Amino acid sequence: MIDLGRYAIPVLSAYAVSLVLIGGLVWHTVAANARARRALEEHGRDG
Amino acid sequence: MSIWQYANPARFMRTTEGVLPWLVGGAVICCVTGLVWGFLTPDDFRQGSTVKIVFLHVPAAMMAINIWVMMLVASLIWIIRRHHVSALAAKAAAPIGAVMTVIALATGAIWGQPMWGSWWEWDPRLTSFLILFLFYVGYIALWSAVEDPDSAADLTGVLCLVGSVFALLSRYAVLFCNQGLHQGASLSVQSGERMSHVYRYPLYLAMLGFFLMFLALVLIRTRTEIRRRRLAALQAREMRA
Repeated sequence: MIDLGRYAIPVLSAYAVSLVLIGGLVWHTVAANARARRALEEHGRDG
Repeated sequence: MSIWQYANPARFMRTTEGVLPWLVGGAVICCVTGLVWGFLTPDDFRQGSTVKIVFLHVPAAMMAINIWVMMLVASLIWIIRRHHVSALAAKAAAPIGAVMTVIALATGAIWGQPMWGSWWEWDPRLTSFLILFLFYVGYIALWSAVEDPDSAADLTGVLCLVGSVFALLSRYAVLFCNQGLHQGASLSVQSGERMSHVYRYPLYLAMLGFFLMFLALVLIRTRTEIRRRRLAALQAREMRA
């Protein structure tokens, strides 16, 4: 286990905040793309 | 072969479909390797383990500024040549830039508290970054507020030109103002080596990972915008019929 010493909370919280934000951005991007693709496929015009 | 052929939405969709898996794979490999490698680096003799925050803070800040520059170029292409894909690419990039700015501000605050004894200072670079974030929010809001997509692209293009001053200022604020708590550039070609190779190599990898992640996300989001526009056109046609 890595010893982060007395700065463990700042380091871990910086990584946690960043990963949550990036994860949210990726999820939003993929979900919106899937929604748009589905809606267009219903019209039979994707590609 | 000309770059302008990709202004054709159908060609853009076909080309990006083949490129995306490579970009996603490269982004995942570089981000994971860079961040894990960075997390495993030894502590700095002055900053202790907080130095590990640099592997998130610097790539996010770099992308926050450069995404605005990319939006500026795409907006100029729209304003000058009226290519819809470029306007949609600028629109697609804005939320990514806003998230990168938030990551840079949040990790900076978390890093600043133990090092400077303060979460926030009205330092030139921090302040210009906050204003850059507000420009991102305003840009996204303006796209949502204007119904006609071409008018929205025109107005947001002008906003992007104005905001570019702050994008540049946030990059060079330390040099212009010569004051504040924020240090100068960690990586600089002119000033020689400022950072040990122990930190530099994983940082380069994390920066490459963030860049590839941006490329992958902006392509996916631009494809989404093209699909939405196509759907809106089909629905308008159905309404008229």
